[in-house]
Formats: sequence, C-alpha cells, structure tokens
Amino acid sequence: MNKTYDYPDAQGHFGQHGGRFVAETLMHALDELETLYAQAKDDPAFIAEFQHDLRTYVGRETPLYFAQRITQELGGAQVYLKREDLNHTGAHKVNNTIGQALLAKRMGKPRIIAETGAGQHGVATATVAARLGLECHVYMGVDDIARQSLNVYRMKLLGANVIGVSSGSRTLKDAMNEAMRDWVTNVDNTHYIIGTVAGPHPYPMMVRDFQSVIGLETRTQCLQTLGRLPDVLVACVGGGSNAIGLFHPFINDEQVRMVGVEAGGHGIATGKHAAPLNDGVLGVLHGNRTYLMEDADGQIIETHSISAGLDYPGVGPEHSLLKDLGRAEYASATDDEAMAAFRMLTRREGILPALESSHAMAWIVANAPKMDKEQVIVMNLSGRGDKDILTVAELDGIEL
Amino acid sequence: MSQADTADNRLGRRFAQLKADSKKALVTFLTAGDPSLDATVPALHALVASGADVLEVGVPFSDPEAEGPAIQAASERALANGTTLAVVLDMVQAFRERDQDTPIVLMGYLNSVLAMGEAAFAQAASAAGVDGLILVNLPPEESQPLQQALLAVNINLILLVAPTTVSARRQLIADRCTGFLYYVSLKGITGAGHLDGAEVQRNVAEIKGMTKLPVCVGFGIKDGASAAAIGKIADGVVVGSALVATMGDSGTSLEQKLTRLAEQVTDIRSGID
Repeated sequence: MNKTYDYPDAQGHFGQHGGRFVAETLMHALDELETLYAQAKDDPAFIAEFQHDLRTYVGRETPLYFAQRITQELGGAQVYLKREDLNHTGAHKVNNTIGQALLAKRMGKPRIIAETGAGQHGVATATVAARLGLECHVYMGVDDIARQSLNVYRMKLLGANVIGVSSGSRTLKDAMNEAMRDWVTNVDNTHYIIGTVAGPHPYPMMVRDFQSVIGLETRTQCLQTLGRLPDVLVACVGGGSNAIGLFHPFINDEQVRMVGVEAGGHGIATGKHAAPLNDGVLGVLHGNRTYLMEDADGQIIETHSISAGLDYPGVGPEHSLLKDLGRAEYASATDDEAMAAFRMLTRREGILPALESSHAMAWIVANAPKMDKEQVIVMNLSGRGDKDILTVAELDGIEL
Repeated sequence: MSQADTADNRLGRRFAQLKADSKKALVTFLTAGDPSLDATVPALHALVASGADVLEVGVPFSDPEAEGPAIQAASERALANGTTLAVVLDMVQAFRERDQDTPIVLMGYLNSVLAMGEAAFAQAASAAGVDGLILVNLPPEESQPLQQALLAVNINLILLVAPTTVSARRQLIADRCTGFLYYVSLKGITGAGHLDGAEVQRNVAEIKGMTKLPVCVGFGIKDGASAAAIGKIADGVVVGSALVATMGDSGTSLEQKLTRLAEQVTDIRSGID
C-alpha cells in the first residue's frame, strides 16, 4: 500500500473502476456538477456553511461510544460505536444530502430527485429539500415501499412526492434507473442527489468527501480518548457510503485494518445475497464500472437481503479498488446473523440499530472474541432501527 | 479516425446509395426476442420489405436506464423469453440467410458486451453479419479499446449527440464516430413526446457542419408526420418505440403485427420521401 493514495483520477477512475458511463444527454450536467463541486469544496464560504449546517441542524459531532456490556460479553477486543444513528433523520445519509442540497442551491436548480431503498436517503433528501424550499421527488421500488412504510409516510409529511417503481426487481436498483430517466428528461432544472458512493463521476468522490466527516471525527476522537488509532474499523456495505466515510481518512494509516460487511442474505453459497465484493464480477451499471452481481449474459440479477438499504447488486467503485489493492477486506453477514446482532445490541446497550448496521455488528460478534482485550474496534453505527420495527415484528410473528 | 473507416461495409454502401438517389434513410428499431424468439427475423424482413433502409436491433438489458415504458416492457419480455446477446447474434445470422445487403446495427448497453468480452464480441458480431453498434451508456471517453476491436472487423461504433452536448464536445464526438452520427432529438427517454422541431433543426445543422458522416435523428419520431419534419433537415430518421409498441400489443397475432409494422413503415417512408 503506498502512502500517496490519490483516487479518483481526473476522469473519475478508481483504478479499473469508476468512470462515467451514462447517456450522452447527462454528460454536460455531470461536467457542470464536477466543475461546481471542484470550486465549492475549496471555497471557505461553502465549507463554513456545510460545517455550520452539520453542527446546528444535523447535531454533529456524533459521539464515539464505548459499548462496555457488549465488550464484556464478547470477552475480546474493546468495541466502540460511532453514533451516526444520532444524526438528525436517524442515519449518516443526511451528511451527504446537506452537502448536495447546498450545491443544488448554488447551481440554481429548484428541483431535487433521489432514489431510495430503505427510505433513509429519501427521508434525508426530503428533509433538506423542505428546509431549503426545493421541490422533491423520491423514486422507490414498490417492494421497498411495502417494507418501509414508515419512511414513506415520513417523506410525504416532509412534502416529497414518493414515486413507486414497479419495473424490474421493484427495489433500489430499479428506483435508480427511474431516477436516471427523470434526470435525463428534466436535467435543466433538476439536481439528482445520489445517496451512495456509486454512480457516474463525480458522485462517488463527492459523496465520499461529504461522508468523510465520519472518519475525520472518529480519528480525532480516538486520538483524544484512547491516545491512539483504532485497530479495526467495521462498517456495513451496500453501495458503501457509510463505510467509505469511516474508512477514507484512515487509508494511509496502514496499521488500521478496515472491514466492510456485505449482506450475506441466506448465505453466499445459496446465491441469494447482495454481496458483489464477495461473489461478483466486473461490469458497468448506473454510470460506473465496479463489481456487480450479474449472470453470464451480463444481466443484473436479483439480490436478497433482509435489509432494504443493502439490497443492491453493485457497490461503490472505491470499495472495488480497495478490495483490488487489498487495503480493505470485505466479509459478509447473513440475515440471521444480522438479526442476532440486532437483538444483542438492543438488549445489552439499549440501542436499536438499523438492520443495515446490524450486519457490521454481526462481524464484531463473530470476531471480537478472537482478538486481544487491548485491541480496539470502531464500528459505524450508521443508522437507527426504528424504521425496521415492522420487519422485526413480522419475523417474530407479531402484528402491530 | 476518418470517414474512410466506414465506407467498406453495408452501412457505408447503403448511405452512399441513398445519397446518390437523393433519399433519406429510414432506420427502424425493434427489441430482439419480443414478443417471442421466433418473431424477430420475420419482423426484420417485413421492415425491409416495406421500406426500412437500416435495421437497429435492440439487445435487451435488465436495467435499460435510457428507455421509456415501451422499450422497457419489450426488454423485460425479451429477457423472459431467454434472449441473450448470443441469441441476438444467432438471429442476425439467420436474417443474413435471406438478406445480404441491409445494414444491421445492434443497440443496447455496455454490460452485455463486457460480459461476452470485447474482442470475442467483435469476432462473433462480425461473423454473424453485424455492421454497427450503439451503446447508450458508452461515451467516447470510455470507448477505447472497444472501438479499435470493432474497427478491426469493420464494424462501426455509432456515437450519440444530445441537445445538451456542448459544441466542443459535439466536434469530439463527430471526429470519433464512424458509420453515422445519431442525434438524440430531445432531452428524455426513448418514446417521449415533446419534440421541438426548431431546436432539432438548429442542432442538426450545426452537427452537419462538423462531419461528413450522415446524421440520423431519433427519439420521439413515431409516424409519417413527425418523420417528415425531421427528414427535411437530417440524413435519416430513427423510429423505435412506435414499432416496439406494435410488436408488444398482446391482442394481436404475429401476422397482424407484421401487417401493422408494414403500414407504419409505409406511412413513415411516405413522410420522408
């Protein structure tokens, strides 16, 4: 691993991944966005506004919490939780939507669109749109609308128009297709707020930069409270925005091990999962080259995860690069392992995690006992689990 | 790259002949494998018999992010029927048993070609009798080395210019394109209905000043009337969703579909001639 990790290149490539693979109609909008973002990210006024909003509206910084009872029960490494679930709207997603909405305002685009899976990004987008007085349309697969009805209603209360997508697999990837179709039609007055570190350049870079506040705070907090860097960082990976946000500020710290946990669904061997870094091939979807779940003909195959936010056949191109480089490792946790971790965190620490984040917790449950007591694991607790109550109740056979 | 690269295949010969005859090209699009695997080859022959000059054959993809409802639905039906890229190439080969002259352009998404392998695709497509390829999500910046592999077997990579493409970039695309240049007539998905004739005219005139390649216009052209307006300014018109809707009509037999296709193509032909 060399010390001068500097990705992406000028064309948005992360090694062999990334790039910009979209319909020609969108190329100009992406060029404009790239230029505007390049100016904004070095503009002290923009940085100040972004940080001010994160502090006074989102509630940052988020705590780094020592999970004492979990640590005792597992009997190995010390477990710390980066509490992104305490952000306004209940997940890390808002870090990015705050940044992109400020960009939309700078571009003078009054109309916002977004895709959403679990609804967390949709809620975070509807929230910033309400605050800035922007028109907001959120695309969501009809299957996800059914399993995330609470977030659908939240978005509607916030004034967003939630549009059900019934094509393809009726989940996140299809919502993204439909959002791309909307953008191609309304590109003059519309900014597309992609919710993860995927999509055409500059999205993977831009969303990473906005989410890097997670890792930057974690780094400072570790140095302040532990006097050193952590040994292991753990985060769940769907598209990978919360993971890259935690990992990126540590990439040049070679001694810090980074573990992304994909959705293992019913198990990698069954094929019913959403783990392209564990069991995928290189391809192009949604504007970027990356590892994908596809068949021999290149058709994207249906994924499975108990967690709507991880139920996506691709992954951000920077994670594909980190896998290629061997800088990060990518594990998986099954639905059942994630549910067990969900219950453990709820009962031992009084924290109801999102089913997405529960996948990262499952890795800790399996691996912390094998580590020394002096070692420190930091997990990104990327979202709270209130939205998942209906899913969990259904698994328990309870009708609310 | 120069236009010389495009001359020696069916596309080059067809456009040269059309120019000599002072005629406009009628380019038709159908999704392969819709509504059944057996329908495609007869439909292609029917299109040619009623006046199509160039055949675009859609390779279905699971995530057709630039398509409107008609082609999305057609793609889903075609995939359910088992249409793969290899199957589409078999269809082209079968079509060539009776038609050695009509150019065939495959249209689809990059991932289909990547899954087969760029070099393997070029060889197989050439052997089947393909003359051109349009990949909706492959901009010129990312098109090497596929374009080289295709040119080596005399297949044109046809590039698209959009209303939003700025002038400097239009020139870059015109310089890299071979075969013909595809002007996307509106900001939107295939089959949309808000064509602005004056804007198309302005943009096509600018593009024609940048290249010797024929310029064909597609997206939003559905009948003789809309084709006539475009035919006045462009070298050819592309009609897709309207024909795809005919193939996808669940209330008609294959025979009725082919009859309807012929009526549509005759109408469009009369509009541009």
